[in-house]
Amino acid sequence: MLVAKPGLDGHDRGAKVVARALRDAGMEVIYTGLRQTPEMIAEAALQEDVNVVGLSVLSGAHLALLPRIAELLRQNGMDDVLLIAGGIIPDEDVPQLKQAGVHAVFGPGASTQAIADFIRSHVRI
Amino acid sequence: MDLVTTALAGNRRAIARLMTLIENGQEAARNAIAQLYPYTGRAYLIGVTGSPGAGKSTLVSQLARAYRSAERRVGIVAVDPTSPFSGGAILGDRVRMRDLFTDPSVFVRSMASRGNLGGLARATADVVKVLDATGFDPILIETVGTGQAELDIAQLAHTVVVVVAPGMGDDIQAIKAGILEIADVLVVNKSDCTDAERTAAALEMMLELGSGHGARRSALSSDFMRVAADDASQSAAAATDHWHPLLVKTCALVGEGIAELVEAIAHHRQYLETTQELGLRDLTRLVNELERIVRDDLMKALLNGIDQVSLSDLVARVVAREIDPQTAARQLIG
Repeated sequence: MLVAKPGLDGHDRGAKVVARALRDAGMEVIYTGLRQTPEMIAEAALQEDVNVVGLSVLSGAHLALLPRIAELLRQNGMDDVLLIAGGIIPDEDVPQLKQAGVHAVFGPGASTQAIADFIRSHVRI
Repeated sequence: MDLVTTALAGNRRAIARLMTLIENGQEAARNAIAQLYPYTGRAYLIGVTGSPGAGKSTLVSQLARAYRSAERRVGIVAVDPTSPFSGGAILGDRVRMRDLFTDPSVFVRSMASRGNLGGLARATADVVKVLDATGFDPILIETVGTGQAELDIAQLAHTVVVVVAPGMGDDIQAIKAGILEIADVLVVNKSDCTDAERTAAALEMMLELGSGHGARRSALSSDFMRVAADDASQSAAAATDHWHPLLVKTCALVGEGIAELVEAIAHHRQYLETTQELGLRDLTRLVNELERIVRDDLMKALLNGIDQVSLSDLVARVVAREIDPQTAARQLIG
């Protein structure tokens, strides 16, 4: 899976904790680092042929960034990729994100176990 | 159209999916490799190895940029270690390569080592074939952070760049066997650090003592190689003028010394081409690959022919010291 941080906020502690936890859950996690554009993330997902893309947004720009990434993944023919998000995302925005193609949103306090379980139950390998 | 044809036509999604197929060792991968193979052998393969944190990824990223400015299509395969406990991995090499992501003439693929100990993943050579066949040249291969004995890259790459960070230890480290011996080009990275000069001096001293380079190829190669390769190519190796590894100082973060490194690699390539080394390296690599496949397939065939019960019985007897492993192995093979 790919873990990336789109947009401009510079805090990736959460993304690293999740990446590490998923490593311990037996997954191969490609971490791309901070300040990625949607184009960079979609291209990395394509080249690495990932099953899952996990995005962390703390800046409040999720409504702009996440649907754009979902759209680019679709354009690349990667409709089957599981797209999940975390960070600071208000509950009222979740339905809109889901409609745009984000499969699940894990807010602060979500256990890494829950994230790993969700991925396992939704990805066919 | 099938996956291979689509990949050969340059479709990036197909290239990536082909790599996954190969990495997961699916049966379909064998056919794919057979189809790709005639198109391989064109790319120049540059290996970059060195200890964790020496600056391999940053250096690879800078090299890729340099080759891009010469209008080359650059392939990158970066390997990071798999956890022996969970089987998971963090592949973080892309963090240093961010400015290459959206360049359509660069293809970056991360791989987890998946239990392989030689610094590369089992499937790395085949993933490199995909890039080679689809027109990427050069291909930069970054190993896991290595210690002293991960030498697989010497089999795969045409030119091996060993990256050393300053403060690696005293000059006794520089004369030990192993990773430094496989260097065609030695890089002292982080040249802005105070220890850089001392490290470079220690390595210079080692280089002046000379290296057992000509002997290395045959030393690394196998019984299979001795049978398969004819005497002529063996003696050609011995007769060849030895290559004296070049030392380059870089500060990869800011791009210092990269032009010199590109030149050193070109110089080594020229050496390989004017002597018979290039052909010999290809021969060695392919013979070793053949040997590995034969070994794996024999093992598989053997295991298919043995039933679980008699194998565990045999193991139990070895554990109980009733029979020694050598005799047990002979019984298995029959």
